[in-house]
Amino acid sequence: MQLIFEKSSSGRQGYSLPKSDVPKADSLPGKYCRVTQANLPEVSELDVVRHFSALARLNFSVDTNFYPLGSCTMKYNPKFTEKIAALEGFSSPHPLVPQLSGGGILAQGSLEVLYHMERLLSEITGMAAFTMQPLAGAHGELTGVMLISAYHKSNGSRRKHIIIPDSSHGTNPASAAIAGYDVVVIPTDKSGSFDMELYKKALNNETAAVMLTCPDTLGLFNPKIKEIADLAHRVGALMYYDGANLNAILGKCRPGDIGFDVVHLNLHKTFATPHGGGGPGAGPVGVSGKLIDFLPISRVAKKDDGTYFLDYQNRKTIGYIAPFYGNFAVILKAYAYILALGREGLIEASENAVLNANYCLSRLRDYFDLPFDKICMHECVFSASRQLQNGVHALDIAKYLIDKGFHPPTIYFPLIVKEAMMIEPTETESKETLDNFIEAMIEASKLSEENPQILHSAPLTMPVKRLDETRAAREPNLRWKP
Amino acid sequence: MLVPDNIFFTKDHEWAKIEGDEAIIGITDFAQSSLGDITFIDLPKIGEALKQSAVYATVESVKAASDVYSPLSGKVLRVNNDLALHPELVNKSPYESGWFVVMKIADLAEKNNLMDAKKYKDYIENLSK
Repeated sequence: MQLIFEKSSSGRQGYSLPKSDVPKADSLPGKYCRVTQANLPEVSELDVVRHFSALARLNFSVDTNFYPLGSCTMKYNPKFTEKIAALEGFSSPHPLVPQLSGGGILAQGSLEVLYHMERLLSEITGMAAFTMQPLAGAHGELTGVMLISAYHKSNGSRRKHIIIPDSSHGTNPASAAIAGYDVVVIPTDKSGSFDMELYKKALNNETAAVMLTCPDTLGLFNPKIKEIADLAHRVGALMYYDGANLNAILGKCRPGDIGFDVVHLNLHKTFATPHGGGGPGAGPVGVSGKLIDFLPISRVAKKDDGTYFLDYQNRKTIGYIAPFYGNFAVILKAYAYILALGREGLIEASENAVLNANYCLSRLRDYFDLPFDKICMHECVFSASRQLQNGVHALDIAKYLIDKGFHPPTIYFPLIVKEAMMIEPTETESKETLDNFIEAMIEASKLSEENPQILHSAPLTMPVKRLDETRAAREPNLRWKP
Repeated sequence: MLVPDNIFFTKDHEWAKIEGDEAIIGITDFAQSSLGDITFIDLPKIGEALKQSAVYATVESVKAASDVYSPLSGKVLRVNNDLALHPELVNKSPYESGWFVVMKIADLAEKNNLMDAKKYKDYIENLSK
């Protein structure tokens, strides 16, 4: 398919302006003018519509295909939330309005959404307060680690490292390192759990925090989680909860009750807003009482008369983390989703997410190796090591699934599982869809013995065939040039 | 899996070839084959201090980014600049042209923490079981 630049034809345009009826303004001073041509594509409106409609048809999304991408919770994004986010009263106010004198009264609806959402998320996670500012999960992580750092500093405590399991999301050590901490990695033991003996050895009064995902990236809930938290608190360290896998435990247990001090959520995962190219994320961060003073400003607060305002009084705040109030429309859609499902609906969502994952696990266990053979939570992790004996990698199976009309599961993560394939079906898929996917996986496993070449050459039905990932990484060509 | 004699190994799949008070270090054949096609290697600078078992380099492959730990303590004398343009050398020749760093050894006694070829062979055989 041609790039829109290649469709350009000199002088063609997508607009026509009336003759100017005002005096010509002075041109910009030379120093503000660009030196080289912008070389924008010159195309008609119809060219633009066709170009982007064609691109949109190539998109592989939750709206078009089953998308069991482990650790990403690609559940269906209900469309009614789009309608709510598009309501004039929410979509049109300028974000500066509540900061202007007397402007707060014009933005009460939006402020109330932020205020009430903070209460809902606090209730769901058992935390004392939330900041809605962080714009994505990793941004929430960095915010969370900065809060931890501010907390220790204000106590005059110099702490050097953060403890993280080797099964963690890669963003965890990255966030800790960017915030200035050393990372101490704890290996996973043979049962698939955090190695408690090594953990106890690593933990000391230089430990700032322990960052955990629970259930972890193997899809397993750590039964010792309370003990881990208690041990950390005993040396003055804080507990950080990576909320990527919250979809497994809604209404079943709360990170705050277990003893977590900081929680980041991915509204775009657990609370069903579009992501992965379909929209921006939102990564609100919740804290226990002892960290409230450090939260970013502004915070939405409520006056005695019931109106809402922006409060800038947090003296120990870590400051601004993002402009304004976070990705407001995303927060709004997640808010609508939570209210629509209600308590019972959220609990049911988690139960069905776990049920669907275990259904996949039990139907595929005869065909693929299961390195940690336990009842799983919302996702299950297989290994293609059996197929590798015939030269078939997880990557080949993933590409074959594309031909069968499925987005591949996450592969090669978690890193501790060789040839990992991490399947997260979510609660929004029917049994028929799961069965079709399972059949395709079984087919791939049979082909790996009978005709591995088919797997090696997949995908065959897509606009582009097997991409040379190695060459793309070694010789990146990121920019179109005329 | 290639395991040459006369060099030493870590459990994290690094090797060290000791020549007097210097060592050539890199990652093993087992490491490169598990990583898959390597696309980028972040090496230390000349003069940088290395500590046994501490991270001194990072390797990125199509699958993942991985830390590389130093088999011995010491100081970087030379780095393999060819790897910047040709990371595939590590896949093709992990023990020869795919070397990472030549280091000055601080404490030769640390060699006792490393495995010889026979022990390393047994070690990786057990891993793949």
